[in-house]
Amino acid sequence: MLIAAFTWTEFAQQLAAGIRQGAVFAGLALALVIIYRSTRAINFAQGEMATFTTFVCWSLMNHGLSFWAAFPIVLVIAFAGGVAVERTIIRPVENGPVITIVIVTLGLALLLNGLMSVIWGGGNRPFDGPFSTRTIDVGGVPISLQDVGIVVVSFVLVALLAVFFRFTKLGLALRAAALNRDSSELVGVRVGWMRAFGWGLAAVLGAVAGMMVAPILFLDPNMMQTILIYAFAAAVLGGLDSPVGAVVGGLLLGVAITLLGRYVGFVGEELKLPAALLLILLVLVVKPNGLFGRVAVRRV
Amino acid sequence: MTALLRLDGVEARYGPVTALHGISLEVGEGELVAVLGANGAGKTTTLRAVSGTVQRSGSVFFDGAKLARRPDAAARAGIAHVPEGRGTFSELSVWDNLRLGAYTRRGSVKEEARRVFDYFPRLEERKSQQAGTLSGGEQQMLALARAMMARPKLVLLDEPSLGLAPMLVTEIFDRLDKIRSEEGAAVLVVEQNANLALAHAARAYVLEVGRVVVSGSSAELRADESVRRSYLGY
Repeated sequence: MLIAAFTWTEFAQQLAAGIRQGAVFAGLALALVIIYRSTRAINFAQGEMATFTTFVCWSLMNHGLSFWAAFPIVLVIAFAGGVAVERTIIRPVENGPVITIVIVTLGLALLLNGLMSVIWGGGNRPFDGPFSTRTIDVGGVPISLQDVGIVVVSFVLVALLAVFFRFTKLGLALRAAALNRDSSELVGVRVGWMRAFGWGLAAVLGAVAGMMVAPILFLDPNMMQTILIYAFAAAVLGGLDSPVGAVVGGLLLGVAITLLGRYVGFVGEELKLPAALLLILLVLVVKPNGLFGRVAVRRV
Repeated sequence: MTALLRLDGVEARYGPVTALHGISLEVGEGELVAVLGANGAGKTTTLRAVSGTVQRSGSVFFDGAKLARRPDAAARAGIAHVPEGRGTFSELSVWDNLRLGAYTRRGSVKEEARRVFDYFPRLEERKSQQAGTLSGGEQQMLALARAMMARPKLVLLDEPSLGLAPMLVTEIFDRLDKIRSEEGAAVLVVEQNANLALAHAARAYVLEVGRVVVSGSSAELRADESVRRSYLGY
């Protein structure tokens, strides 16, 4: 049978699960977009950076801290780590060809992956999340508190970032540095530091995504790899240049793969990823710059 | 008059190509000085050498101190460079462009904007419009307004007339005079339209292939036979 049996309650549940997954994709896709905008680099190490910081959280919790006590500490560490990575590893190659930066981020991914195995060992580790897996009743639909928590945390983070970019001087300088390096320098923006700051923000977004999915997936060095592929897909779907696109793309993708996996019989668990990529391919045929990407046209 | 800006034997290069071969010039406080010359004479490079957006050697003194060769340092010292192509952010709103203009200032952006909107009332109407959708004249106004947001001591202005109708160019120079008389900012302007530049400038330097060949007051230059033939066209 091609189409599985349908009930509205189950559909709502699947939708909620899709939004939860989409929220995680959105966070990581947003991280990719922020880095792409600030350094024109595709950061293949984004997944490993996220997992690494999640391991740091796990260590802190092992030393007796509660999740919410460890959370802000991890964010600070992630930010500092992201800044340090840009300053030390990315900066020397930032004016090089794109392929050089790509290789450097791939190398960073391998390095972090190896480091995690050395420090924390391989194998799955259970990660005690901050949210109960108990379900609550929302208009007759049972939804797990964990899903609600993940979505709320992701959305609060995205909203905070939006406010930061729109209304603060630093956020404006970050946007300006990404749009036009020369003009930004002429008004006194230190573009180099803005790039580092962008990497720091991306690392924070990744850390949150990692800490949100770890309770569901179990913690191991490769935890974020599949999610990173979905995040890439989401970012491309939204338009690599568009933060709004990353969030919308992530949510659409999360919902699409969940529904496809559940309702289209032959897709199932195994074909979710190819099905999602096919969907994206179709979108890109119609809109090559993604849903929210800007078309490179300007008045002169 | 003490010099606000002094260039002493400044050389500048783009990779292996030397564009300035030891330029010396001065701009006094509140003075409007023009840089004239043919295409490729090094006019734009002279401005870029001041703001540190080109490799340079030799010394640049500004406001009594040696100026570091970093554009953000120049901006912090009180130099607002309006480059070729205007240096506005076409994807951002007019208002965000003005906010960026005041990036080095601590005070309220609104207050600075009120001052700047006095000179350019049109921009206030277009506050939330994307800068790239403004007309050429409005974009040049925005570039100047953005520069004035920083309350600069010196404005570097690169070919404000480029691509604009003559009437608009006159308007821009008139606004510039008004801004200068009210704010006391000095201006170093590069301009193809030598007649117009000399009409507004106190003094001018004429460049040829990266060297100053003639300099003096506008009146002196207008009287100079070779300048008249080469640049004023009468």
